This record gives sequence, structure tokens and C-alpha cells, in this order.
Amino acid sequence: MSVRASLNPRAAARGRVAMEGSLGDRILRGLCIAAGLLAGGTLLAVAYQVISGARLSISTFGLPFLVHSAWAPNLGHFGAAVMLYGTAVSSAIALLISTPVAIAIAIYLSMLAPRAVRIVVGPLVEMLAAIPSVILGLWGIIVLAPFMQRHVEPALHGVLGFIPIFGPAQTTGLGVFTAGVILTVMVVPIIASLSRDLFLSVPRELTDAAESVGATRWEVIRGVVLPTTVSGVSAAIMLGLGRALGEAIAVASVIGAGNVVHVSTFETGNSLAARIALDFAYIVSNLHTASLFYLALILLVFGLLTNLIARQIASRYDVHRTFA
Amino acid sequence: MSSSGGDAIRPRVRIQDGSASRPVPAAQRNDNGGTRRAAVFDIRDMSVHYGENRALDWTTLRIDRNLVTAVIGPSGCGKSTFIRSLNRMNDSIPGFRIGGQVLYHGHDLYARQTNRVEVRRRIGMVFQKPNPFPKSIYDNVAWAPRNLGMKSGLDERVERALRHAAIWDEVKDRLRASALSLSGGQQQRLCIARSIAVEPDVLLLDEPASALDPVATAAIEDLMHNLKHRYTIVIVTHNMQQAARVADRTAFFSLDERDRTGTLVEYGDTDTIFTNPADPRTRDYVTGRFG
Repeated sequence: MSVRASLNPRAAARGRVAMEGSLGDRILRGLCIAAGLLAGGTLLAVAYQVISGARLSISTFGLPFLVHSAWAPNLGHFGAAVMLYGTAVSSAIALLISTPVAIAIAIYLSMLAPRAVRIVVGPLVEMLAAIPSVILGLWGIIVLAPFMQRHVEPALHGVLGFIPIFGPAQTTGLGVFTAGVILTVMVVPIIASLSRDLFLSVPRELTDAAESVGATRWEVIRGVVLPTTVSGVSAAIMLGLGRALGEAIAVASVIGAGNVVHVSTFETGNSLAARIALDFAYIVSNLHTASLFYLALILLVFGLLTNLIARQIASRYDVHRTFA
Repeated sequence: MSSSGGDAIRPRVRIQDGSASRPVPAAQRNDNGGTRRAAVFDIRDMSVHYGENRALDWTTLRIDRNLVTAVIGPSGCGKSTFIRSLNRMNDSIPGFRIGGQVLYHGHDLYARQTNRVEVRRRIGMVFQKPNPFPKSIYDNVAWAPRNLGMKSGLDERVERALRHAAIWDEVKDRLRASALSLSGGQQQRLCIARSIAVEPDVLLLDEPASALDPVATAAIEDLMHNLKHRYTIVIVTHNMQQAARVADRTAFFSLDERDRTGTLVEYGDTDTIFTNPADPRTRDYVTGRFG
């Protein structure tokens, strides 16, 4: 081998390049593996810390913790029901409003809008996601909550008041519904920008085919674009849900820190993330700490689950895998 | 312009011998002369620009009913631009502009009041790469009729389209299977079935066999002989033998030497184009002396 290499300068050069390449490759490989392990390790470490931190609360309350609504640190009463309810309802409201809005924005930006509008509005939608959540929370307290209390909530109560979730408006406008609206603002850019990219990635041949048999623009969207991207859009919605479930500051600002489960969404409530963020400053006992970790564990499980489901959906029917 | 235009062609009636073999053009001919065919497309001084680039120069020709008209020429000569302008598929390309007139049965395709969707319903198109929808075989064919509200007798309509596209026997037992499970040649025939399911007047085929193997290509060519009794067919092909085999008339496009713009060089009976072309450029191309 060395003889052949020395006889042929070109081969020798090639050999050297290959050697250097392999050394560089090995370093790069090592760095990437280390980075990958670090990410996985962090996740495991956090999960372990959360579980061990929650151990005292888990052994004291067990699973009934999930359905008890009392949260009185001074009396040693802890239950997650109010927070679970607040998280679930505010996230559900956020998804119900943001999904159709975000998909409409994505359709408009990817297929209907003139180029000039796309160039301006597209980045604006993404920038909506860049607003720090504490600023959204502040805006929620000062602007959104009074507006909801004065205009939106009375109107909804007037029209849909026969449904218990639309009860009479309360004094401040702080509540689960307002939290859901704030979350909508945070979730829309995620779903909209992901969906827009998905719609743009629909192969041109497919939309051409649909147009060549006399389909209208709407028929192309409904019959070809949406069906071929449904899994990706569902995954985007799940990622939006993950964002809504975990948001602490903005929700804490407007949800009103209530301690009771109300059927009406205009009443105050609390969410898992908001409770954890606010309570850590006022720890009164070890059991209190452990109960906050218990809430954190629930939140972690939800977060991981939505992420796993999103991946599962996205990989199940991938347009680009079946139609390369 | 060296183009003689459609009017210079002596009209004739083809008598079909009905055999499935693909005869050479000379043997295919059975001219009677006499009756004049109805024009489907009357294209007058059509020119196409993409932004600043002129893709197609003044093109004037007539495409007649129930004939197969082939469009041949070297790469980049505007063949695809030409055929895609016949059902307004170029409209969505940024910077696309068209000059002159494209009359379809006397109606200006690019007039303000012309409905693009309606144009495409009457003038179907099959593309170079087979592009079935990621739906079942049945739904691929049934999708467009459903959109158009042709819901009664849908099963029969689907079967008829698949039969006319000569693919029924291969798929009749698995209509619910995904169209993507078919071979390339089958997919392309499915795309033809999808186009004819809405009973268009014209079928535009943009290099329909270029992505297919010889057996699948032969199947598509056979199909064209049968389809032209019902439809007017315009086919773009880079394969001269294919044009000679399937087309009644042939238009030869070339790239103008000076300004790199596609131009119609010659248009006439396929026989004439291949055996006795008027323009030296056509002769060079069909005899293979063109690069």
C-alpha cells in the first residue's frame, strides 16, 4: 500500500487527504455524539430531579392529588385539580381559536396573497412569536383583560349564555378565557408559519394536476393541498399545544390566580405552569416544594406526550416520503 | 416567418383501419381530400414572455379537431411554453405575459371574461412526470367529476375513463388501492383517465412518455390512436419517432440563432415534415443533423 502510494504521487496525495479527512471526521463525530448525549442526558437528569423532588408529595397524596382542588400551603392541603382544569381549558380555547385562524393565514400567505403582501406579512406573523411572553402578559393585564371584560365577555354571555362555560363577565376580565386568548396569540404564529411552509412544499405537479382538470382554487386547496399536508398540520397543532401547556408568565398574568374550579371560563383559575412559577417564591414547607414538583411532573409528562404524538403523526403519512 | 400556418394544409379525412399496430406514417395515410376540418385552436401571432425573457416568438397555427398534432423541437425551443399556453397553465408563473390571440372555437382564451377554470375543464392536460394524487385509484379519477357535480353514475364514469385510458383491466380489482402503488406507465395512463373523466374537448400531452420505459411508451402511443376519435390531441415530444408514429400533423419549433427565442419553423402534415420539409432547419433536425 505504501509502496503503491509512493510510486503514484496522486494516490499518495489522495491517501493523505483521506487520512486528514478521517481525523477531522472523527473529531466532528465525537463532538456531535457528545452534544447528542448531553441533550438526552439533560432530559433524563431533569426528569429524575423532578420525580425525586415530587416523591414526598406523591407518597403523601398519591393519584388523588390530580382530583383534589384544595391548594392551601399553610394547612398542608395540596391538589392539582384547579391547575389541571385551568391548563386544559385555556389550552383548548387557544387551540380552538388559533387552529382555524392560523390555517387561514397559512393558506393566504402560501397561495392567495400577492407577492408584496407575502414578503411583508409573512415575517410579521413569525415575529409575533418573538414577543417575550412577559410583555404579552403585561399587555394582557392592561389592555386585553379590560377589553374582554367590557366587550367580549358580555357579548358572548348574551349570545351563548345558555352554555355554562360562557357565564356572566366578572369584575376584572382576568380569567381562564382571557388566558386562552393570550395563548392564542402565542400559538398562532407557530401553527401558521409551520403550515405555510408545509403548503408551499406541496409538489407543484400535484396542484398543476388538480388545476388541469378544472379545479377551482378552493377545490385545489381542499382536495389536494390540505389532504397531502394534514399530518404535518396536525403535528404543527400539537407543537402549538405544547407551547400553550407550558406557558407560565403570560398565563400567570391574566388567569387571575383563582383557587376554585369554575365552569364559566370567565371566572379566575390557575394553570400548572403559572402556579409553579408564582409559588416558588413563597415556599412554606417541604410538602409544598414536593407538591410543586408534582405539578411539574404532570406538566413534563404532558409536554413530552404532545411532542411524541406530534412526531408520531408527522412520521406516519409523510407526503414527501410517499411522493418524492 | 417561414411558417405556412394551418390554412395552407390540404384538409383531408383519415380512414382508420382499426388495427392496433403502429404503422409507419407513409402506410398510415389514406387521404381523401374534400371536407374541411373544424379548427379547435386558431393561434394568431402568439408570443410569450417570462419577465424580460421572450420565450416564444410570433406563432401562428391552426389545430384541427380529432387530429393528433405533435410539437417537436430541441430543448428550450418553447414547446412546453406553447402547449401550456393552450390551457392557461402558465398563468401562475410569475412574469408570464402573452401577446397575440389564442382562439379556442372562436373564443379568445385570454380575454378578460374568460374563466380559467372552465378553460381547463374543456382542455385537459397530462404532464411529463406521472402525477397522480396521493389518493386511491378510484378517487384520482372521481375527484374532478365530483367537484363538477357529476355525481350520478360516478362509478360508470370512472370505469369508462379507465377503460378509455386502457388501464381498466389492470386496476379493476384494486380501485381502492393507492394510485402511488402503480408503476410509472400505469400512473401515466391513470393520469390520462383522470383527464378524460371530465370529458374534455382537447387533451394536451406534455412529453407524456419521456419518463416511461419503451413498453409503457408503446401503450401510451396505442392509446393515442384510439383517443383521437373522441378528443383533439396536442402532444409535445422530444422523440421524433414518436411524433412520426402518432401524429397527423407536426409543428417544428426551433431556437432562433440570434435572440435565443423559440420560434415556429414549420407546420404541416407529419409526412411532409419528415419526408419533404420546406425549411432546411426542419430537414436538419428530422434527419438528425441538428445538435
